[in-house]
Parts: sequence; structure tokens; C-alpha cells
Amino acid sequence: MSLNTPHIDWFGLSPILTLTGAAFLALLCAVLVPRRLRRLAGACFSFAGFTAGLVLAIWLYVDSPNGHTIAAGAFYRDRWTALGQIILFAVGLATTLLAFEHMPGWGRNSDPERRDDHVAEFFALLLASAAGMAFFVGAANLITLFLALEWFSIALYVMCALDYDLEGSLEAGLKYLIVGSFGAATLLFGSALVYGATGQVSFGGIAHAISTQGLTGNALLVLGIALMIAGLSFKMSAAPFHMWTPDVYEGAPTTVTAWMSSATKVAALLLTFRVMTTAFPQNEHLWGWAFAIIATISLAIGNLAALVQKNVKRILAYSAIAQAGFMLIGLSTGSALGARALMYYLIPYSAAAFGSFAIVAARERELGVPVTLENLAGFGWERPFLGVAMWFFVFAFAGLPLGGGFVGKFYVFAAAYDHGWVWLVIVGVLATLVSLYYYLGIVRAMYMRPSEEMQVQPGGGVAVSGGQPAPDTLLHVAVGAALAVSVGSLFAVEPLIDLAKHAASALPL
Amino acid sequence: MSGSYLTSILIWLPIVGTLLVWLLPLSRYATGSLALLFSFAEVGFWIEQLTRFDFSRSGLQMGEQANWFGDLGVSYHVGVYGFSVWLVGLTVIVMAACTGYGFWVGRDRPRAYFGLMLLLTGATVGVFESQDLLLFYAFFEAMLIPLYILIGVWGGARRLEATVKFVIYTMAGSLLMLAAVVVYGLQVGTFDLVNGPASASRWLFLGFMVAFVIKAPLFPFHGWLPDAYREAPPEVAAVLSGVIAKAGLYGMLRIAITKFPEPTSFYRTAVLTLAAASLVYGSLLAFRSSDFRGVVAYSSLAQSGLIALGLFAGTDLGFDGAVLQMVAHGLISASLFLLAGVVERRTTTGEFRLLGGMARGRPALATLLITTGVISLAVPGSSMFAGEFLILAGVFQRAWFWAVIGAGGIVLAAMYMLRLISAVLHEARGSTVADEALDLQPTELTLILPLVGVLLALSVWPAGISHHSFTPDSPTAAVKSGFK
Repeated sequence: MSLNTPHIDWFGLSPILTLTGAAFLALLCAVLVPRRLRRLAGACFSFAGFTAGLVLAIWLYVDSPNGHTIAAGAFYRDRWTALGQIILFAVGLATTLLAFEHMPGWGRNSDPERRDDHVAEFFALLLASAAGMAFFVGAANLITLFLALEWFSIALYVMCALDYDLEGSLEAGLKYLIVGSFGAATLLFGSALVYGATGQVSFGGIAHAISTQGLTGNALLVLGIALMIAGLSFKMSAAPFHMWTPDVYEGAPTTVTAWMSSATKVAALLLTFRVMTTAFPQNEHLWGWAFAIIATISLAIGNLAALVQKNVKRILAYSAIAQAGFMLIGLSTGSALGARALMYYLIPYSAAAFGSFAIVAARERELGVPVTLENLAGFGWERPFLGVAMWFFVFAFAGLPLGGGFVGKFYVFAAAYDHGWVWLVIVGVLATLVSLYYYLGIVRAMYMRPSEEMQVQPGGGVAVSGGQPAPDTLLHVAVGAALAVSVGSLFAVEPLIDLAKHAASALPL
Repeated sequence: MSGSYLTSILIWLPIVGTLLVWLLPLSRYATGSLALLFSFAEVGFWIEQLTRFDFSRSGLQMGEQANWFGDLGVSYHVGVYGFSVWLVGLTVIVMAACTGYGFWVGRDRPRAYFGLMLLLTGATVGVFESQDLLLFYAFFEAMLIPLYILIGVWGGARRLEATVKFVIYTMAGSLLMLAAVVVYGLQVGTFDLVNGPASASRWLFLGFMVAFVIKAPLFPFHGWLPDAYREAPPEVAAVLSGVIAKAGLYGMLRIAITKFPEPTSFYRTAVLTLAAASLVYGSLLAFRSSDFRGVVAYSSLAQSGLIALGLFAGTDLGFDGAVLQMVAHGLISASLFLLAGVVERRTTTGEFRLLGGMARGRPALATLLITTGVISLAVPGSSMFAGEFLILAGVFQRAWFWAVIGAGGIVLAAMYMLRLISAVLHEARGSTVADEALDLQPTELTLILPLVGVLLALSVWPAGISHHSFTPDSPTAAVKSGFK
């Protein structure tokens, strides 16, 4: 008896397989490597895995000018996938550097000798979640879409709860698990309804069925799309599906927050753009408006709520919600210009999001307490490089011309205008104005407080225990790289836009 | 005659300076010297640009264009016209004087301070040289960042409120301009300022004007002005009123009036009314102000009104006068703010009721303040007189009553400026004026004297600017043709 298996293009899947392999090796470190070398070994496997993945993804980008599905129509091998993977793996590399120094060992309260016992598992989870996201951005049917979503989400749930001696971390993990599962269930239900209406699971097949059978207004289909939009919006933390974001970002170890805030957004937004334009092109009038409204709500809620926050991680979390709103402006247009705008925007955004949380991680370890606007006072003068990097990042978020965030905003506004939505441009402009207050608030806190306020109350960090602060050379390297990307993308707009344009040409726009 | 590299050098040299100052671990003295060196190099390059500029030729000169992102038609396009050469000159000279002042008073955290001053120089020169709308916008915004930090870190006691107000006001205008930039650029298919066609959209005109009117500022958009000018360190206030405010007025000339001829004539009366209101209201507030900086701050509001009056008169004389007045007032207000700083350093205050009698035993200070004050109140023969005369004559051609209001403003200028001079220099000795308070030191003199020297030179030959800003014959024709 012979079993017919589909032809597999192993090269097309190689970045994912490499990362999965690296995840297994990192996991083995947890048992096979002596305790004091586990952090180093795990980080090395993670670094090697991401580097190899990055090389393969770049190779795939070059090698896949004509996008097509592989593995029996389950996965897209095209430039949209490859460019998404490149961004994800670059962030993964930076996260590895950050985690080596700043990921707290498991069991803060346990014997110092044993704290790093399980740190290798963190790197395994990081690699696994990255592999899941890399699979997610290339998903070509509803089954792989859901599988990949669960794959990286489960890894992230655990990562959020890793610092289990901190109350907030466990709470964050649990909250993310419950809300995330709800989002996943919504997505699954929506997928089932879409399948019920069209009888197809592949994105191309769904679009074909809708057009040939005239299903555009089918109630089952419309409800299915609506539920899918809601489920995906949970993942990209767009309002009104954002409730988990501030709590989870605040509670999770800051290294994990840095990874989540940039990578999850990249994966979720790119995949959403692909699903909507590939599977539901005939329903663009529906999902276009839906995302325009979600964008507006995200901009309003994210920016207004950030105004009153004191905790820096919460400010950045609400800012991440607002930033999702900006990127959704590009997404909602569903046009080629919107695709370029979204892809371009993600590059400086992911650099700035990662970099700003990395800097918070540095301050947090220094103080041993959560970073607030109060205890950020004087940080800019104490750590000049990190301070300057931080104001470059927040100004890039705010769309001031110190980084690619400026051009990104310009592009999404251009896409909205091109689509005939001047009102959305006005909404974006007003939201930017509001956002300035809290972004500048961070700079104000770092540099402008009167000197008597700069006496930081030490918590449980180095300041209390005395001795030399632990080194953070790698953190500086990671932040420096993020800064280079954020600023460099302002000057290298043309090459990046070309990359984005080639990537977007894989989509049926 | 080319020398097109000079335009880019003038923009990027100070930004390179910023990076050097931030990266090199130099001592306070070395940092200041390095920054000053860069400022002087800027002045040198500007003089080179001035000598190479051909004032008999129309159109853009020393242009440089490179692709930035082509799919939306955005490019790095820089170059200069006659009037922009003068504004670039104003920028580099005032910035050099102000950087020197910061060095002289020994600002804290010198590396951060001087880096930001250089960044501000580069961004401001960029505004005056950009010939691409998005590039213009980027530099226009980029000016705000160093200003925000300079005021917020080195400013006075109430600096935090002042910066918030300043940033929110100006960004509200700028962001509406961004929306207008996007719409204009996509409508006409290019962001190039030289080749971009004129537009008849009134909404777009208003979008641009809001930004410029706030930056200039004109009544009633001047809410940020008194706080920012009072709380900023004196040399930064000098830059703000001397140079940054002129960027707003320059924007009116280069973009609002040139690219939107139909809306300009539609809203002409409205803008002229705001300008006249700023002139009268600003002068009255200056007269009522109780401190040195208050007088200079509100007089800047009044002068912005006067310059806008000239610009929106839409006549040859009005345009010529407006450019001359921009430069002359830029130098005047920079000198006056630096003098305010000098006085504050000696007495710890700028309040008139605590000042007075400083002329006795301080001849240099008295001479310099009186000279500057007298030029500033537009005594006949001064460069300010020439500028104001041209503006009034230009706006008279539009309608006689604008000129009457403008002339009234000049009378008020005499009142507030003489009041300032007598409150500081004459009258009974103020309680904060100690006998030990020295006269101007040689360093201070070398900072302020060149500014006043340029003013005196302009008083002798105002046509140096007013006849060398637009192609000789007709500014209105140049504006109408979009400076082709």
C-alpha cells in the first residue's frame, strides 16, 4: 500500500525548520549543559538559529520573485512571507542579545546558584514563538493560519509568565492566556463560518468560491469575516480588542514585552493584510471600513489612555495600541500603496518598539522596581547613549523627522488620501497631536526634572545591594542596532520601499 | 558660478558637528570651541555662497537634487533664491552669536547643549534651502526638537509649562500642514516646490497658513509666545524670535503665497487684518510689559504682523520690504535678547521695577542698548526704517488705511522702546543693580557688536537686501511665476 504525500519544498520551509531545530537544541541545553553555562549555551543556539534563519529568509526573498504556494497549498513561498520573516528574525536576534543579560533567571527568590537552571527554556520558547510567527505570516489556508496562531501564542503565554516569582508576571501570563484563547476561539469560529459558506479552506479557493458563487453578501460569510477580524485584532492589540495589552505588557518580563510588542505586531498585521486581500477581495468595502473604524478607535483609545499613565511600560503599551491604529490605516486601504505603507512602517516601528522596551529593561534592572515617569528622572544624563536612543525612539513613534516613523506616517496618510479617505488623514493627524504629549512626557522625565527630584529611591536593584552594576554591553549593541534601523530608514526610504514593493507584488492587489 | 555643494554643506555641516560633539568625549572648553568653530565655518561657507550667488539671474541657483523616494515623487531638492540667501545668512550669523553666548555663560552639560545648538542650525538652514515640500516639512519639524530640549533643560523656572505650550501650539499647526502637504503632493503628483504647479484649493492654503501663522506668530495664535520667550535661555529666545519666527514668515512667502495665488487673494483681507491686529496689539502689550524680555517678545509679535502686512500686500515694495525687515528684525531681536541676557546676568532679573540707572558707569552697555533700541524703533536712516517704509508704501498701494495702521504701529514702537531704554538705563538706580555690576566685557561685546554692525551696514545700504532678493525688476512677477 502506498501513501500519497504531497511534494514538499523543503527550502521554502527552511527558516521555520531551522528555528524549530534550534529550539530543540536550546531545550536540550536545559538538561545536558552544566548549570553555569546554560545561559550562554541557550543564547548561542538562539543567536545561531536566528542568524541562520535570517540568511535563509534573505535567500528566499531573493529566490522567490514569483510567489506560489508550497506544501499542497498550505504555505506561501513569496516575498511578502520572506520580508516578514526577515523583520521577525532581526528582532529575534536583538531579543537574544537583550535576553542574555536581562532575562531574569527562573525563581528570583531561589538560591542564586540555581537561578539560571531553566533559563535555556526561555531561549527555546523564543525560537519556537519566532518559528510560529514565521509560519503564521506565510499561512495560505485557514488550517495553517489557526495552527500557526496557536503555535506562537502558546509559546508567548508561557514566556509572559516566566518570571514566576513576580506576581505581575504570572498574572500577565494568565490574563494573556484567557484573553488570547478567547481571541483564538473567535478566529476559529469565524474560519469555520467562512468554510461553511464557501466550502474552501485555502485563501485563493475562498476568493474563487466567493466570486463564482456570488457569495459577497452571504450572511454566513460576512459574519465569518467579522469574527476573523475580531480574532486577528486581538493579536495585533487593536482597540476595542486591546484590553489585555497594557496589563500583559506591564507584567511580562520586559525582554518578553520587547519581543511581543514588535514581533507579534509584525506577524499579525502582515498576515491580516494577506488574508483580507487574498481571500476576501470582493468584500473589501466591508473589511476596509471595519479596519478604518478599528484604526480610529485604536488611535483614540491608545492615545487618550496613554496620557494619564505613570508607568512607562503601560505608556508604551498604549502607544503600541495607537501605533497599531496607524498601521491599520495603511491596511484598511487594501491598496498597493497601503501594502507598501504597512510594510515600510513596520520596519522603523519594530526597531523603535524593541529599542524603547530594551531601554526600559535596562532602567528596570538598575532600579529593581517598575519604571515610572518619576523614577526615570535623570536617566538621560546618567546613561547618555540610552537616553538619546530613547528620545529618538519616542520621537520616531510621534512621527517627528528623526527617524523612519516620520516617513511611515507620511506613507499611511498618503495611502488613506489615495483611497479617498481624507477624514482618516485628519484622524491620524489629530491622534499624532495628542500622542505628542505623552511621548514628550518621557523625554521630559528623562532630562528636564529639577535636579532635586533626580534622587532615585532605590528598590531591590543594584543600587541597594551595592557593587558593580551588571554589564549591559549586549544591550547597548541591540539598542544601537535598533537606533541605526530607526534613523537609517529615514534616509534609505527608496531601497526599503523597493523591498516592500516587491513584497507587495506577491499579493493580488 | 555654480558652487551647488555649498547648499548641502550649509545644512549638513552643523549636523556632522552635532554628531562629533556628542561622540567625542571632550572637555567643556574644547566642546564649546569645536561648536563655535563649526558655527564660524557656517558663516564662512555662507559668505562663499553669497559671493557666488548671481543676483542678476532669476530662478533657483546652486540647486542639488537627489532621489529620496521616487514612487510618491519626493526628492532631496535644495537650492537658494536671493531672499533665501539672506535668510540663511541671518540664521548662521545669529546662531554663531548665540552659540558664542552659550559658551561665554558656560552652559551646563556642554556636549548636549552645543550639539543641540548645531542641530538647530542645520535644521533651520534646511528650512530656508529646501525646494521639496516634504523635505521642507521635515526640517520645519526638526527645528522643534532641539528647541524643545534647549528650553526644557536650560530654561527658567517655569520652563516645563512653557515647553508644553510651545510644542502643542506649533505641532497643532505643523500637523495640519502635514495633512495639507500629503493632499497637495498627491493631487499634483509631485512634492517639488520649483516644478509643482499652483493650486486653487482654499483648504490647503489654510492648512499651510495655520502652521506659518503659529510659528511667526500672528494674533490670535501667539499664546505660546510670552512663556517661551521668557522661560527660554536668552540666547535661545534670541534664536526663536530672530530666526525661527522668520521660518514661519518665509513659509508664507515661499509656499502659501507662491503656490496658492487664488486663495491668497481670497483671504488677503483676512490675513492683512490679522497682521494689522498683531502689529497694534503686540505693540500695546509691549508697552504694557513690565520686563525686558516681555517688551522684546511682544515687539516680535508686532514685527511679525508688520512683515506679514508687507508679504500679503502683494506689491513689489511690500515683498522687498518684508525680506529686508525679516533680516533687520531678526538681527535686532537677537541683539536685544542677548542684551536682556547680559542685563539679567548682572542683576538676576529683567523686571523694570527692580532695574534702572544702569547707564551710569557702564558706557558700553548704554551705547549698545541705545543704538539697538534706536534702530529698532525705526529712526529715519536705520535699516528698520527702510524696511518699514517699504512695507508701508507697499501696503498703501493695496489700500491707504493699512498704511495708516502700520504707521500707528511705528509710533507705538517708539513708545515701548524708549520706555525700555529708560527703564533699564536711566531713572533711579534699581534695587538689584549693584555698583559692582560690570560694564559689558570684551567677549560680550564681540558677540553682540557684529550683529549691530551688520544692522548699521544695512542702514547705510538697505538696497543691498531689498534690491537683491528677487530678480531685480519685479518681485510680484517672480512670485507669480513661482520663482521659475
